This record gives sequence, structure tokens and C-alpha cells, in this order.
Amino acid sequence: MDMPDLGPLWLTFRLAAITTLLLLLIGTPIAWWLAHTRSRLKSVAEAITALPLVLPPTVLGFYLLVFLSPNSALGGLWLSVTGSTLTFSFTGLIVASALYSLPFMVQPLQGAFEGIGRAPLEAAASLRASPRDAFFTVATPMAARGYLTAIVLSFAHTIGEFGVVLMVGGNIPGRTKVVSIQIYEEVETINYAAAHGLAAILLVFSFSVLLAVYALNRRFPVHVG
Amino acid sequence: MSGDAMTDLSTDVRIRFPAFSLEVAHAFPGQGITALFGPSGCGKSTLLRIIAGFERGARGRISYGDETWLGARAFLPPHRRGVGYVFQDTRLFPHLTARGNLDYAHKRAGDVAARYSFDDVVDVLDIAPLFDRRATQLSGGERQRVAIGRTLLARPRLMLMDEPLAALDTRRKGEIMPYIGRLPDAFGLPVIYVTHALEEVTQLCDRIVALADGHVAAAGGVAETLERLDLANVQGRFEAGAMLTGRIAAQDTELYMSSVDLGTARIEVPQIAVPPGEEVRLRVRARDVSLALTRPEGLSIRNMLDARVLNIAPEAATAFAEVLLDVGGQHLRARVTRAAIAALELREGQSVIALIKAVSFDRQALPRDAPAPG
Repeated sequence: MDMPDLGPLWLTFRLAAITTLLLLLIGTPIAWWLAHTRSRLKSVAEAITALPLVLPPTVLGFYLLVFLSPNSALGGLWLSVTGSTLTFSFTGLIVASALYSLPFMVQPLQGAFEGIGRAPLEAAASLRASPRDAFFTVATPMAARGYLTAIVLSFAHTIGEFGVVLMVGGNIPGRTKVVSIQIYEEVETINYAAAHGLAAILLVFSFSVLLAVYALNRRFPVHVG
Repeated sequence: MSGDAMTDLSTDVRIRFPAFSLEVAHAFPGQGITALFGPSGCGKSTLLRIIAGFERGARGRISYGDETWLGARAFLPPHRRGVGYVFQDTRLFPHLTARGNLDYAHKRAGDVAARYSFDDVVDVLDIAPLFDRRATQLSGGERQRVAIGRTLLARPRLMLMDEPLAALDTRRKGEIMPYIGRLPDAFGLPVIYVTHALEEVTQLCDRIVALADGHVAAAGGVAETLERLDLANVQGRFEAGAMLTGRIAAQDTELYMSSVDLGTARIEVPQIAVPPGEEVRLRVRARDVSLALTRPEGLSIRNMLDARVLNIAPEAATAFAEVLLDVGGQHLRARVTRAAIAALELREGQSVIALIKAVSFDRQALPRDAPAPG
């Protein structure tokens, strides 16, 4: 009984991986637009994407609960199309995590794109590269370090979330019970050995990932300038 | 001019920025090197960027042959214009090697017909030894050679160069300049060349478009345009001058002087190391030319030319005036005080003696077999 249940750990990693992938797809165009736009809406968009940084997770979780519930327009539509609810489901967790970790993907990428600027893109255009071509062959490789940072931060931040997940997903074993909630539960039930085991795994994992990233950055500096 | 295969670039464009606006209408011929010349802030780089399609705020018309690049409702994106652009800061891609940068352009030009191959470009620019290096591992001159090669390999129809030598020291400039001079002949490529350095204009360019404050101040052949008095504002007072064309008549190897035959007169200049009979261009600054009514004796100045006054233009609010002279069919400019003009009672049509203190030398065309820099 002292051995911790590892199911929530795998669920958490799966959630973090899917969320990070999803955020790569959503965050890249948002970051690109923010880095290059001259629109007046830029400040508004920046403020919105940064909101999850400052809002208490319970506030974000509460609004998500309201907007994803089957009684809401979005939640209702989802229920009628898929036959399942968004709240208290793994899918709902992905939606919530993506929103919650959005700034951790967008901000490093925006910084990287801004650092690259328009100059290399103009050079690419003068060499007959279309904007799409230039994005993939010039901007993306030049932003490699930004991507690495964004991916690591988004993944790590998703693993560490607690409040939003608890509000939106509840605590359903095998579906929405993530490792941070499990640790909380073990502590509440005074099962310190299990809590220790999970906490140690997370600690070692997080440290190893960060160490690997920093070491990689040192050994293979991105050639810029 | 035979206008058969040459395609002209015609521009009638304007752009407005908070502190600067530009309005230019000019047709660039589809051959040779045209200088876009003027002081910094005159709009020459902006015009080049408008031609390339980098300035989305530009309005007006740009057409290349029968293609419309910019119109009331038309905008051809930069990557479809087939325009090569050499930047002052080279903009080599930092994540690729020199070879990677060249391949990037070469691959994307795939189906464009060109008269030259990858190896031609690499040979002419002598960049094979640099292939494996990254941009950060190249010197300024090497970087610019790779950048020029990369642009050539995109097989452009027109080459735009934005002060490609400005970031280089004098020795590197001398290394790169012959390569640029060869572009029109070796690659059949017209060039529009932005610069604020007069010596680059006289050494490299066939034509000049002088910009001042966002407008075309003068345009035409290099020699005749530089002679025009109203260019003083563009060139800056002490740079104003004229160009004399002649042939080397004799070399004095003991005193290190060359004698240049101007047609009706000869002048002696510090030795120019080209064989007798070869054509040279001499640049004479207006401030180095003095005037006399009769041939003076006992002067250190050796060059005294018979001249006729064509025009006298006093400079507003200064003590000076610029005198345009005819010297055996060529033009010369002299910058003298207005007081001197009054004292000598100079008038248009009058015969005078032009005294030339110093002469600088520009080669008109760089030989094709100029030694490659090591």
C-alpha cells in the first residue's frame, strides 16, 4: 500500500505532451502575429495571452467550468457532437491546460521572432523564397532556441498545474486525476511515503529535463548574429 | 541605344513617413550600373526597398517591361519580382554555412533560365575556400562576396545593391569593387547601386541618379551629371568637381608623373600605373581649380589649361561662386570667391586659364582580368 499508484503520473505526462503539441500549433501563429503586427490590437492581444500568468488558477478554472459545462453553448455543442462532456474529462483537461500554459509557449516564441526581425525574411524573399518558405527555412531554425525554451516551459508548467485541473477535471482516477492532485490526496490522507515517492520522481524528472536543456544550449549554441 | 533584350524598370512612386517623405519618378535602363547617389537620409535606400517590394506603404506605379509590380490595386510580392538584393549588412543566414547560403538561393532559382552556372559564380567570386564556414567565421569582405554570390545564384533579373561596401575598410573595398564592376558584363545583369561615396560612383557606375531630400535632383551619365552646378548640394561643397577623360600620353618613371592627353591639351598628374594609350578618367575637384586671365609665371602649379567660361553660379549666402568651364569640349568646374570674380571681371564666354592644383584618378572600367584578392 506504500507504493504510489503510477497511473496519474502517466496521465500527467500524456496531458503535458498533448498540450505542448497543441500549443505549438496554436502558439506559433499567435507569437508570429504578435511579433510582426503593427495593429493597435496588439496590446490587447498581448494582455489576453498573458492573463493566465497573473490570474489565480481557481479563477481561470471557474470560468472554464462555466464555459465548458454542458449547459453552456460550447459545452452543449461538444456534448451533442461527441456525446461526452468537456468538463470532468481528459479532453476538457487538455483545453484547460492549453489555455493555462499559453503564455509559456507564446512569450518565448514572440521574443525569438522579434529578435530575428524582418531582415532575414527580406533576404529570403529576395532569394525567391515565399513567406511560408521563409518561415520554415529561415525563421524556424533561427528561432530554435526560443522553441526549445517554449516547449520545455509549456511541458513543465502543464505538469505542475493543480488548481485549474481540480476545478475543470475534478479527481476522476484514470481520466482526470493528475499527479499533483494525487500528491495532495496522499498528503491529506497522511500517506507520506507515497507522497514522497511521487514528489521525488517529479523533482528528479524536472531537474533532469532542465539540466539537459541548459547543457544542450551550451554545447550547441544557436548561431545567430 | 539598342533596346532589344533590355527591360527597363519604370518607377513613379511615393511614400510618407512621419519625418520623411519621398517622391520619385524615374526610368532605370535595363543595363549597366546605375548609381543611386546622395547624402544619408536622402531616401536612396528607401527607393531601393520600394523597388524590391519591402515597403508596403509605397504608393504609385512600378513596372518592369510589361509586368506591373506596383499599381493602384496591384502589388507583386518581393519573392516574385526576380530582384536580387545585396544588403549593407549582408544578411547571410546564420544557421547555414556559406555553402548552405549559396544552395538556398540556387535551389529556389531552379527553373529560372540563366546564362551562368553555380560554378561560374563560385569561380568569379572565388568563394569555394569559404564553403564550410558560417557567416560569423567570415571576414567582412568574405561575407560580402558570399552575399553577392548568393544573390547571383537566385538568378535575378535586376540586382539591387544597398551600400555593399559601406561597412568595409578601404582595402576590403578595393577587393570587392572589381567583382561588382564585372556584374553587368559577366552575368548580363543590370545593377542599381546605392551609395553616398562619390569614388564608388565614378569607378563603378555608368549612370547616376542623384537624390536629395526624397526627390531626384539630377540624373544622367556620370560625367555630365557630376558637372552640373546644382549638384553642389547633393555632393557637399568640397566634393563638387568634374571629370576629364583622356589617354595616357607618356610616363615619366623618374619623377613618377604621367602625362595625359585630353585632346586639345595635356596635363601632368602623379603617376597612373596603366600603359600609354589607355583611357583614364580624372576627377578634378572644383576647389582645386583656380582661374587666371593670363598665363602666370613662376608657379608650382603645372597644369594650366586654356578654358572658356560657360556659366557663373554664385552660391547663396556664401563668399563663393562656381564657374563652369569648357576645356577643349570637356567640362571643368572651378570654385572661386565672388570677390575674385568681380576683381577679374569674369563673364560668360570669356577666355581664361584654368589652374589645376591636384587631380585624382578614377579608372573608368576595371579590367576583366583584375587579380583576385588572396
